[in-house]
Amino acid sequence: MNAPGILLKGSVAIDDEPLIPQIKLTAAAGQWTCLLGASGVGKSTILRLISGIADEATLTGTLTTSDGAPLAGRVALMAQSDLLLPWLTVAQNVMLGARLRGAVPDTRRAAELLDDVGLSAHADKRPATLSGGQRQRAALARTLMEDRPIVLLDEPFSALDARTRAQVQDLTAQLLRGKTVLMVTHDPAEAARLSDVILILGPDGLRARPAPPGAPPRAVDDAQTLSAQGALLAELRAGP
Amino acid sequence: MRRAGSIIASALVALAAWQALILLTGVPRFILPGPALVAKTLWTSRALIAHHTVITAIEVLAGLALGATLGGVTAIALAASPLARQLVRPMLIFSQAVPVFALAPILTLWFGYGIGSKVVMTLLVIYFPVTSAFFDALMRTPQVWIDMARLMGASPARIMRHIRIPAALPGFASGLRLAAVYAPIGAIIGEWVGASKGLGYLMLLASGRAKTDLMFAALIVLAVFTVLLHAAVDRACRATLDKNS
Repeated sequence: MNAPGILLKGSVAIDDEPLIPQIKLTAAAGQWTCLLGASGVGKSTILRLISGIADEATLTGTLTTSDGAPLAGRVALMAQSDLLLPWLTVAQNVMLGARLRGAVPDTRRAAELLDDVGLSAHADKRPATLSGGQRQRAALARTLMEDRPIVLLDEPFSALDARTRAQVQDLTAQLLRGKTVLMVTHDPAEAARLSDVILILGPDGLRARPAPPGAPPRAVDDAQTLSAQGALLAELRAGP
Repeated sequence: MRRAGSIIASALVALAAWQALILLTGVPRFILPGPALVAKTLWTSRALIAHHTVITAIEVLAGLALGATLGGVTAIALAASPLARQLVRPMLIFSQAVPVFALAPILTLWFGYGIGSKVVMTLLVIYFPVTSAFFDALMRTPQVWIDMARLMGASPARIMRHIRIPAALPGFASGLRLAAVYAPIGAIIGEWVGASKGLGYLMLLASGRAKTDLMFAALIVLAVFTVLLHAAVDRACRATLDKNS
């Protein structure tokens, strides 16, 4: 898979009200980039702009890919809420994209992905019967089913308890390998564990921070990961 | 079981109060017949009452089916098209300012003395509640679902079919529950204005001839029919439409 990189240059406003100052944001091809920042600085708006669903926001600038081809049809988004449709089974939710495009769903691939995320036994259940971790894993399978080279993550693990969160993080890192990932989070621990590149968005713009050494996902008790997490938290607390 | 018990107990209290009222005031039976007399008439006139009940039931069920279909289609069309909303919605709301009952004579003129005008009357009574409940639900689809569907490459028509309509079915169900209670009112009004069959006709005929016991018997049958209809619609909704929430 040749996942393209993304380059966003410019400033963002909502209803002529400036939200994000002039920035230059790069999500390198095939890498996991983390976008950290406090609530309300416009992290999610950036993901919505890249998704092409940000009707409310205006980008004054450019949004380009490293291979020059358009973004449309190459982006998948996984949000904090799992967005599973309650009236469909888990398997039907995973195959929702095909249904929405009027295409024939690939049931074999859906079964494989459900197996990958450990939900084979739950394929025919309704989402309401699943736990939070299981639901988010179903959402991961649905995201992977779309098979898009660019995956945007909008705090997808924030509603999970610590143990489940670490498990789903590992699984996500493993299954999204090779894709261009841009993850929005306000959790420094998550950024330190999963990122190849860490960016902090504040009201005054974007700054890059070094990621800890070693390939993600890094161990939860790795000393350098923990110290990077501490440094990021200190910086977030200090504010701009 | 406890619920059934409380319904029976409440019915007994109502019957006792009814009987007590007659004993205390001594009203003549052609003004207010006692429960025993009404029960007796209910039994002796059962064939007559059953015949008219079937007619009313057909009118109600046909009106309900047509009104639900028409209301459902209208709601989807309004939700799908901003132009339709601009053109039709003000008209729809203004039409509610016209008392539907005032239209009954003209409906009899247009659709005849038979079942047709009653079915249309029933349809008109339930059309707005069904449309309005379903439309509101269609306009409340969580934006995050619509965004997800757009990102997956869905057309507005497919978003409507696979996301907005299924998500709004519980709202449609609440419209149908209301409709089940209103529908018999529509049929009865239609029968009052001009008919030769149906429970409404029978009630009018009976009270005109001071057969108050027969009128009450028909009234009780109508009330029981309405309660059963509501229970059936409620059950059907629970088993199907409500599951989408």
